[in-house]
Amino acid sequence: MVLGLIGLVFGFLSVPTTVEEASEILASHEEHHGSGEEASHEEANFVDEVRQEHGYSEHAMAQDKDLGHDAHEDGEHMEHVLHQMQTKPWSAAFVAAFFFMMIALGTLVFYAIQTAAQAGWSPVLFRVMEGITNYLLPGSVIVLLIVIFAGEHFYPWQNHELVAEDAILQEKSGYLNFPFWLIRGITYVIGWNLYRHFARKNSLAMDHAEDLKPYKNLFRYSVYFLAFFIVTESTMAWDWFMSMTPHWYSTLFAWYIFASIIVSAVTVIAIVTVSLKAIGKLDFVNDSHLHDLAKFMFGFSVFWTYLWFGQFMLIWYANIPEEVTYFILRIQEYNPIFFGMIIINFVFPIVILMNSDFKRVSWFVVIAGVIILVGHYIDIFLLVMPSTVGPYWSFGITEFAALLFFLGLFILMVGMGLAKVSLRPKNNPFLVESEHFHY
Amino acid sequence: MSSHYEAPIREPLILGEKSYHDISVDVGAPILGKANKSWWIVFSIALIAFLWGLGCIVYTVTTGIGVWGLNKTIGWAWDITNFVWWVGIGHAGTLISAVLLLFRQKWRMAINRSAEAMTIFAVVQAGLFPIIHMGRPWLAYWVLPIPNQFGSLWVNFNSPLLWDVFAISTYLSVSLVFWWTGLLPDFAMIRDRTKSPFQQKIYGILSFGWSGRAKDWQRFEEVSLVLAGLATPLVLSVHTIVSFDFATSVVPGWHSTIFPPYFVAGAIFSGFAMVQTLLLVMRKVVNLENYITIVHIEFMNKVILLTGGIVTVAYLTEYFIGWYSGVPYENYTYLSFGAATGPYWWAFWALIICNLIVPLTLWVKKWRRNIVWTFIVALIINIGMWFERFDIIVICLSKDRLASSWSMFQPTFVDIGVFVGTIGFFFVLFLLYARTFPVIAQAEVKSILKSSGARYKRIRESGED
Repeated sequence: MVLGLIGLVFGFLSVPTTVEEASEILASHEEHHGSGEEASHEEANFVDEVRQEHGYSEHAMAQDKDLGHDAHEDGEHMEHVLHQMQTKPWSAAFVAAFFFMMIALGTLVFYAIQTAAQAGWSPVLFRVMEGITNYLLPGSVIVLLIVIFAGEHFYPWQNHELVAEDAILQEKSGYLNFPFWLIRGITYVIGWNLYRHFARKNSLAMDHAEDLKPYKNLFRYSVYFLAFFIVTESTMAWDWFMSMTPHWYSTLFAWYIFASIIVSAVTVIAIVTVSLKAIGKLDFVNDSHLHDLAKFMFGFSVFWTYLWFGQFMLIWYANIPEEVTYFILRIQEYNPIFFGMIIINFVFPIVILMNSDFKRVSWFVVIAGVIILVGHYIDIFLLVMPSTVGPYWSFGITEFAALLFFLGLFILMVGMGLAKVSLRPKNNPFLVESEHFHY
Repeated sequence: MSSHYEAPIREPLILGEKSYHDISVDVGAPILGKANKSWWIVFSIALIAFLWGLGCIVYTVTTGIGVWGLNKTIGWAWDITNFVWWVGIGHAGTLISAVLLLFRQKWRMAINRSAEAMTIFAVVQAGLFPIIHMGRPWLAYWVLPIPNQFGSLWVNFNSPLLWDVFAISTYLSVSLVFWWTGLLPDFAMIRDRTKSPFQQKIYGILSFGWSGRAKDWQRFEEVSLVLAGLATPLVLSVHTIVSFDFATSVVPGWHSTIFPPYFVAGAIFSGFAMVQTLLLVMRKVVNLENYITIVHIEFMNKVILLTGGIVTVAYLTEYFIGWYSGVPYENYTYLSFGAATGPYWWAFWALIICNLIVPLTLWVKKWRRNIVWTFIVALIINIGMWFERFDIIVICLSKDRLASSWSMFQPTFVDIGVFVGTIGFFFVLFLLYARTFPVIAQAEVKSILKSSGARYKRIRESGED
């Protein structure tokens, strides 16, 4: 009952934001239609050039030189600038939508890992994780809708005229074609949500079960889901992010995004746990559980940095023209946040969360968590924005509104998910171990 | 409560009616007893292989690197293949002792000692190759940034080969310290149990006067945890740096950003396969079936399955991006259509079958818990992972950008001899280790006896009924 109330209060709080946000997004959309024409003196970016030309590495090499010297009065160029401006609200919505979706998805993955690994410390947190994954269904559907309807705003390869001129894109059309791409997207969303549905079902069934059947089902589904996920996560990253700059490629890309997903998810699990414990709903969770979550936040932050560095350093070192464009644009146009992100996502967590005692202090973990989340929002921002809006980025009303809207929706859905059932699971074979967990 | 409570659903990790004393006796037996005939036979074979390999090394160094099968196009082949293979094998040891410690996996305790020994011996083998593959190995000390009389001529810190020097040497030293720290209580146990004054003397020195006081244990645990925390990033970074040897280049097939995590996953994959190979024999020979149980084997198979899955996804990624990049040169890389049908087709398919297809059988629980099948799969993976490195190195080099430089590689008997020699050397060290070191960390196993021992589990369950 009390929990239901909390969920509702959270929900009510988020409703006004949603209404406002919707209009705000629209308004800013209009605004940008107008202001687009004036920004013509800005530089062209990689995508822009890709859209015009069909060359390959020559053009990529020229790109570096051309930055800032693009023909101002060129009508065609203006068209692209306008295009990028129009893309802005789409991108803003996508960044925020994906950010919260990936938290729910990452939580689901973490949950599956904990289940498959027969972890003895985390079963007391399973209801919390299940609550967070309640956002997955609406979140993933929204993300899917955004990528579908964004169309050419995001994905130049969906422009038939462009593909007709671009030999590289023609070669790739076996993979990058709309029907196949659509089927893939739908498959991911269905697959992830199916696991979430059956995992939740069996987890709840465990409360009343006489035997271990639901537990065994859950275990089995988790293992299959993880296998499914590792593949679909890769293709998802290629489909939704890498194909925004369809000439560019990196083999590590998908795993790099995964690192962002998992670290944000663990962070949110920790924050939600602390919040619920603060209002007395999780008395059976102790500071050792928090300590473990904080360790994962720390560990995955380092892991993220490792992958970030691996990808960046290798491309920087070899300096192959068709690859470096990706980072040149980000370093030139997004410099402060590009390198600031490393400080936020690596230096802060490693300094703050190194100490074992600090990891048991709730407010400390929350602060670290907020910093990490901000950092990974920037990370997603940097995946999307340079590829779609190029140099015309800003963090204004649109971006903030999108962030608020999805935050509200996220809190509403998670609150509803948490409110439905008791937060204390029953009959999980590792539950007693988990309740007595001390580290 | 917490340390002694364990969910009844967990399978026991120590079988039989073991007490603390039994553990000491079982672990001490191979050291306090005498070697049997088969040990001497196997040891002799390994020693001969080692000496033969040593001969090949001496021959190479004195005659010149031209006695190997390398050519102007393929300047790295068996040497670096073996180097990466051995380093990879070494990684499972640190994974078991450090990563599994961080994840509080109790089952690591029966296998970590041997896995770490394997690490150290494998890294020693790996460490040979960077030296002997040099044209002028007597100038090898030039890779160190030492002030000198050449106007303080320095090394260039931009080369991943130099990073290798730091990575491997750091890795070996940290692994050695980590291993030795863990050995102190066990050496002390041998020191206290042996009747021979000679052994008492030796193990007295080796155990550094360990007396097992509460304060010592407390610090021991803290040091283990800190070292585990340091060894984990180390193990990731070492193989990452090894992968940089290739990935920083501009050779098609080598330049790939996925190499760092993919090499690490492959290292764990091959390392665990080697641990399986060794432990399946050892548990039988040294009568440790009650400690290295079928559950341990199954868990290791699960790790193999997991890392094999990761490696598989990396293969698919490489293959896909090779096509997706639209770069025609990518058609001849180690995971490409060109490789599958080209002159090295057999190496390509060996890789796919050994690393991708055969490990899939471990999804079946029955096979995962079958000792004979596990042994076969582990051997196949060891072969497959050798082929992975061979394919990456040789296939990618054999057909690079300029068609006039395309070439094939043919190993000479010296190439093969050196490799056989390292295998021999590895087993010489490992066999000596198995006779003189406590192959199971008895102190750690004793710490889980009451929570995970079969006897205590039974007592607890009957008490609860």
